[in-house]
Amino acid sequence: MNAELVSELEVPRQRTLRARLVSALGPMTALAGLLWAIAQPYRITLLHPHGQTFWWLVVEPPLLVIGIGVLFHLVVLPGLLEDLDAASR
Amino acid sequence: MQPPAEHVHWMFATGFLILALCLLGEAIVGAEVWQLRRWRAYLWPSTLFLMGVLMWPVMTFFTNSTIHMIAHGLWAEVLMLAGAVELALVRGKISSPWWRLTSALALLVSGAAFLVHEQNGWFFQRSSFLHHLMGWTLVAIAVIPFARCVRPRSIGLGSAYALAFVVLSVMLYCDRDLAPVFGHLSPVAGIPHR
Repeated sequence: MNAELVSELEVPRQRTLRARLVSALGPMTALAGLLWAIAQPYRITLLHPHGQTFWWLVVEPPLLVIGIGVLFHLVVLPGLLEDLDAASR
Repeated sequence: MQPPAEHVHWMFATGFLILALCLLGEAIVGAEVWQLRRWRAYLWPSTLFLMGVLMWPVMTFFTNSTIHMIAHGLWAEVLMLAGAVELALVRGKISSPWWRLTSALALLVSGAAFLVHEQNGWFFQRSSFLHHLMGWTLVAIAVIPFARCVRPRSIGLGSAYALAFVVLSVMLYCDRDLAPVFGHLSPVAGIPHR
């Protein structure tokens, strides 16, 4: 095979792998939080809010983990993928 | 209206999780791509610095002994120092990768502070166990920023550094004010309230 063609084929493959890996960070984090919420539902005080104080309703670790995953996916990832694509061209 | 101590630990765990995701993202795409947008380059160093700033009110309002106060004060100082150095590196004010030794120092000091200020044994209660575990973990992972001074572009070291923050985050999320650890709870520790 022509060496020039091989180098052209390798760049998108590497880009795709990096893009896939970085794209998976947010969803994997959110999934971890979701699994935690299912494993320990008593950590989600929104499911039983009566008698809970302010901080118990605001700081719910599994929801924080899900939130961080979603935020990373929505805020950081789009620009990062654009830059990754631009840099690999 | 102060949050319970365990909630403060969980909020800092969230901070470490943000650091971990950013560091992992940077390790995967490479520092050059990650720093193409200035706000993204500043994201995790400023988070680190902010965590240091927020540790001061924790020291003021949540410590109930001198040794606790000193430990939390030390964490505030080294978090701010490491964050400031990373900010200066990103900004270009300093350029030598050896400045990353500041992070190694921060991890070592933090680990030592955990180990020194925990007065009880491993299985006294969950927070005691976590203090010992986090202390030794921090001491062990201090080698990573040291290695990054030698090989600053290593994807493996960057990923290991990020995963270390994931581990720290998980440990902090496990913290409770008073809870057993692996079925062990000292009778003098008190009664779990939840």
